[in-house]
Amino acid sequence: MVLATTTSPRQGTSRGLRRLLEVPDGAYRGALGVLAALFALLLIAFVTSLVIQSRSAFAHFGLSFLTGTKWDAVHTHFGALTFIVGTLETTLIAMFIAIPIGLGCALALAFATPRRLRVPLGTAVELLAAVPSVVYGLWGLLVLAPWMRIYVEPGLAHITGGRFPFGGAQIGTGLLLAGVVLSIMVLPTLVAISRDVLMAVPGTEIEGAFALGATRWQVMRKVVVPSARTGVVGATTLATGRALGETIAVTMVIGNSPAFAHSLFSTSATMASVIANEFTEATEPYHLASLIAVGVLLLVVSVLVNLAARLAVRSVSRERAIGVGIL
Amino acid sequence: MSTGTAASNLVVRRGTWLSVVVAAALAIGLTACSSSPSSSTTTKPPTSTTAPSDPYAQADLHAPGGSLTGAGSTFDQPFFTKAFYIYNQQNSGVTVNYASIGSGGGIQQFQAQTVNFGASDVPMSPVDISKATGGQVLQVPVALGGEAMSYNLPGVKTGLKLTGPVIADIELGKVTAWNAPEIKDLNPGVNLPSNPIEAVHRSDGSGTTYIFTNYLATVSPAWASGPGTGKSVSWPVGVGEKGNEGVAGFIKSTPYSFGYVELAYAIQNQFTYAKVKNAAGDYVSPSLSSVAADAAQKPDITAVDFSIVDQAGAASYPISGYSWALVYELQKNQALGTTLVHVLDWLTHAGQAQAQSLDYVPLPTNIQQLARSTLLQVTGPDGTTQLLTTS
Repeated sequence: MVLATTTSPRQGTSRGLRRLLEVPDGAYRGALGVLAALFALLLIAFVTSLVIQSRSAFAHFGLSFLTGTKWDAVHTHFGALTFIVGTLETTLIAMFIAIPIGLGCALALAFATPRRLRVPLGTAVELLAAVPSVVYGLWGLLVLAPWMRIYVEPGLAHITGGRFPFGGAQIGTGLLLAGVVLSIMVLPTLVAISRDVLMAVPGTEIEGAFALGATRWQVMRKVVVPSARTGVVGATTLATGRALGETIAVTMVIGNSPAFAHSLFSTSATMASVIANEFTEATEPYHLASLIAVGVLLLVVSVLVNLAARLAVRSVSRERAIGVGIL
Repeated sequence: MSTGTAASNLVVRRGTWLSVVVAAALAIGLTACSSSPSSSTTTKPPTSTTAPSDPYAQADLHAPGGSLTGAGSTFDQPFFTKAFYIYNQQNSGVTVNYASIGSGGGIQQFQAQTVNFGASDVPMSPVDISKATGGQVLQVPVALGGEAMSYNLPGVKTGLKLTGPVIADIELGKVTAWNAPEIKDLNPGVNLPSNPIEAVHRSDGSGTTYIFTNYLATVSPAWASGPGTGKSVSWPVGVGEKGNEGVAGFIKSTPYSFGYVELAYAIQNQFTYAKVKNAAGDYVSPSLSSVAADAAQKPDITAVDFSIVDQAGAASYPISGYSWALVYELQKNQALGTTLVHVLDWLTHAGQAQAQSLDYVPLPTNIQQLARSTLLQVTGPDGTTQLLTTS
């Protein structure tokens, strides 16, 4: 009864839909415009305030803020290079562990799991994303760190003979542990998106490949993964972004010493961890400005990594388009 | 149409009924909740349970009541939470909301006058004070803490003997093994392992680090000219962990580790810790009384000359320091200002019993007197009326 008053019947939904899409009324267009602008404005305001508050650090230290390796609040000497390197290293280790596991898990969930197990297993992976990062940090520090110190690190050193990058003191906390914890934290993102993308691969293509006599493995490798490649790269980008910016869990397990690591077992520090550590008690103006400047650098690094991933996606999809053309 | 409207009215009415019932149930639930004691600072118990024997029960007469806000040091937070809850039970008109956002944030909010008082582990510097918008700043010592040099050495009991210079050399990376001659010579007969020392420090900026580095700079010229004194310093060696709980967790789970931990954490975690040689040449264990003995040696502390590390006296434990409350000398609101000075006066006197129950070191008597004489300088908006009345 109530519905009847909104549209005259039998006018056809297609016309109503077209009106909705093509000629939005002023209020509709205005509301959407405001929402879109609000988001853009928020981002601009956010970046602007960061830049303004960090200006004095960039002005005072100049290029040495990017290339310097000494971070000393007592003598007001700030260089962020060790944090930039530490962030990239932990992210690299995390993705090195997470990508094969995540892809394998997504393939298994999409194609090799009995239907009855698919939903509970998928839910379990997604639940990992709901665990607060401080819990990962605590677990890393109290459970994984002793485990790394007693079993994993001596084991790796034994197998490799202590050669680079498996030398040095074995204390549990450090780059490797941070990478392991991060990899577990990014897995849900990686698995959930990859699984959805893999499951969206047209069934006809898969059936066709099977009909041509391809084995299960050949179908996965030659049909499913290539046609889902763009989506998988996208999932990896999102996961990388999470690894770059993760703060509390990394702070708790990385050992927080701003120096270049000479081993996977070395302690290190990341851009996010130094901000988390020092922001609350930073009272000296240059100290505060330098921490905000590190935040700006983190933003820049994240944007660069994102851009690189976009370029990768573009080249991958072009390659594929060419491949299809040749075929 | 009309039946439809009637039906929807019925639905609405039923909905209203439902919401009334739910609201009533919620209200009953909430009342039940609020009548049970809670640890929150803001909780207002329904009845005032003023003990007649309490000399500060009369604070009611002077303190007109009101709601105060404070912000700052995380070190003070457990003490403040408990003390302000007790104060509220004795003076039901007064609530204090304390946000433990860190000393830096506390100083900033105090400078901007968004809180009635600030709390900082290190007094405001003259530069900090010059940015305060509310005029002359007074700084009152409110809590005293010591730091235990804790270690996890399988087979070695508590009470390993260490001197300041040796501790500094460990932190500088000059003494790296537990059986180094520097440590061995101080501890004849103790079976020290040859394992490397896993030094651990606070990675977050903290007053605890300030007190420890202040001590190292006092006893070691190499530390003073090197890393120096600060809330976050550039550590030559060692692992950084966030917070007292992070350092405590690392020491607990890592054999051969060594680091400074807030005394309360060391006591509550039953850590093994070192006896440290004091200025008089005696090896002293950290305890509430040995830290208080150290602090009592210097009754004339000021916000500029506030360091109490390495004091004289045979019973003094040398690694200790105060936490400070920050108030404006001229209070713009007579009533709130009066409440504030009475709360702080209570905190530095009777309230210290709450500090002791949480393993903070109670302020020595001479420092309590200093706190009171400082609070007596606080005036109302006219600039002359003294707000604190001591009975």
